[in-house]
Amino acid sequence: MNKAKMKKLLWAIVKYATLVFGSFVSVLPVVVCVITAFKSPEEYAETNVMTLPKSWTYFENFVQAWKQANMALAFRNSIIILICVLFFSILTGSMLAYVLNRFKFPGNGLIRNLFLFASLLPGIAMQVSVYQIMYSLGWINSLFGYIVLMCGTDVISIYIFIQFFENISVSLDEAAIMDGCTYFGVFFRILLPLLKPAIITVMILKGVGVYNEYYMANLYLQNKNSFVTVATSLFKFTGPLGNQYNYICAGVILTMLPALIVFILCQKQIYGGLAQGAVKG
Amino acid sequence: MRNFIKWITSAKVNKVLCIITFMFVPLALLTVFTYIPFGKMIGFSFYDMKYIGDREFVGLKNYAEVFSRDDCFKALKLSLYYIAASFVQLGLALYFATLLSFKTKGGGIFKGLMFFPYLVCGIAVGFIFKFFYTRGFVLDTVLQWCGFNLDNLPYWLKDTSINNISVAATSVWRYMGQNMVLFIGAIMSVDAEMYEAAAIDGAGGWQKFRYIIFPSISTIIVLNLILAITGSLSVFEPPYVITGGNFGTGTYFVIMDKLAHASQKVGLASAMAIVLLVIILIATLLQKLFFRYFIGEGEHEAIRAVRKRKKREALAAAGNGGVQS
Repeated sequence: MNKAKMKKLLWAIVKYATLVFGSFVSVLPVVVCVITAFKSPEEYAETNVMTLPKSWTYFENFVQAWKQANMALAFRNSIIILICVLFFSILTGSMLAYVLNRFKFPGNGLIRNLFLFASLLPGIAMQVSVYQIMYSLGWINSLFGYIVLMCGTDVISIYIFIQFFENISVSLDEAAIMDGCTYFGVFFRILLPLLKPAIITVMILKGVGVYNEYYMANLYLQNKNSFVTVATSLFKFTGPLGNQYNYICAGVILTMLPALIVFILCQKQIYGGLAQGAVKG
Repeated sequence: MRNFIKWITSAKVNKVLCIITFMFVPLALLTVFTYIPFGKMIGFSFYDMKYIGDREFVGLKNYAEVFSRDDCFKALKLSLYYIAASFVQLGLALYFATLLSFKTKGGGIFKGLMFFPYLVCGIAVGFIFKFFYTRGFVLDTVLQWCGFNLDNLPYWLKDTSINNISVAATSVWRYMGQNMVLFIGAIMSVDAEMYEAAAIDGAGGWQKFRYIIFPSISTIIVLNLILAITGSLSVFEPPYVITGGNFGTGTYFVIMDKLAHASQKVGLASAMAIVLLVIILIATLLQKLFFRYFIGEGEHEAIRAVRKRKKREALAAAGNGGVQS
């Protein structure tokens, strides 16, 4: 009996020790960033990185980072991009899923496979030739062009929507058609409102992706003076500013804040959305 | 009569109209930004060209170069670091997921803390770890607390014997929590009665893991292991944002990106992309076969299970026959 108790206690110690260690490693790199973001340049030069700052109300670094990286514009651009991309990609994605799930027509399977195959093509590699297309369309340095590019439907959202449609009875559609509703009406008036949970899932998955996307933003929105996004605003800190980590850390924290707030507010949906995306992805 | 005709056409026409309009935009985007570029890329790979200006048809020379150049195909061996890293990542994720799916004080907080790195933007991750690994900064300080001497510590991002491990570790840091959340989701979907039954039978934590949790989520584990392999072939972000591919950390795609956009060797970069795509396609195909054989897909039973069952049935039939005669 005593032995069993010992074993239980030992296990509890191991369990919590590893959990604390895991969490420590996860937050340490970020916490040090926060510490550094509150240090004045002299303090940063003189003290060890792990020493706590003298004052937690020294906001000069944040002000500097905000100005130098042009973050007011960056946040404005990112919000525009986020709203447009989420709105259009969810609308077109759910419409496509509706057609693929509700109608049998020649080419249905082919279209599904085309989207599936597209997901195998590595995005970075594709930019070699997408760049040329964007160039010939005149969409380099165009917020509109970037938004259109990002609106392309990805296979995961389609699958989440299709899966959701599968669980909505077709008799609902049929009843509406009997009552004289058109197929467009069925989608917009009846199914779209029912799709809310799936829309939230896709919004979260896609939203995180779009907000953090920097490779294509850097490639196609080269003029950083007018088309900077939150993610690419950090590129400002490479080059001559590359060693002033008190500014860099402040900038990093600023870009992380929105994600942190959203995470705290909708933890449940984020976890749920990820799990759902994984089942089919 | 007229109304009747109108009615019949409108319903059908309406349906066709709906199909066409609803599919037009997604298909147009897919064509313009995926399949046309894909076709063009195949074309590019046979030319010596830049984005602008003349091009020269060179046949398979680009492909020959992909395999003969020191920095192209050989860069794929760096994938081994990332495969190893993703195995570590999945192991840790499974461990923490199992812990957190039992009753744990502060479980939500641990989960949140370990998950949060996933939401950090790639560029920010780059800066965070450049800072983290800088000589005498965060990692070195922590190790000095643990009794290491600074002089004996390597330069984490420059020393070629260790820098690939340093970079790969950042991707463990970033994605472990996400894997963990996926696994917790899978564990939670196991019927709670199973645990109650096991508890009544006196099963301990390890037994619960071994006989209930592990078998019920083995599919998602295998799936993630396999995805890790294809993912490791196409690693791009960690070296791109942390070292810029310098000091021997340039993975295949980092080098391809440099060739395409810095040196404008579009033909060679396209050939590289096509080569890796073919490898990924083969790997995916093998995975599909693997799944069909061992685990079964959707409604279909695994081929191996079917064979076993048939064998058993055949044996049983033969056995019965033996007894009867």
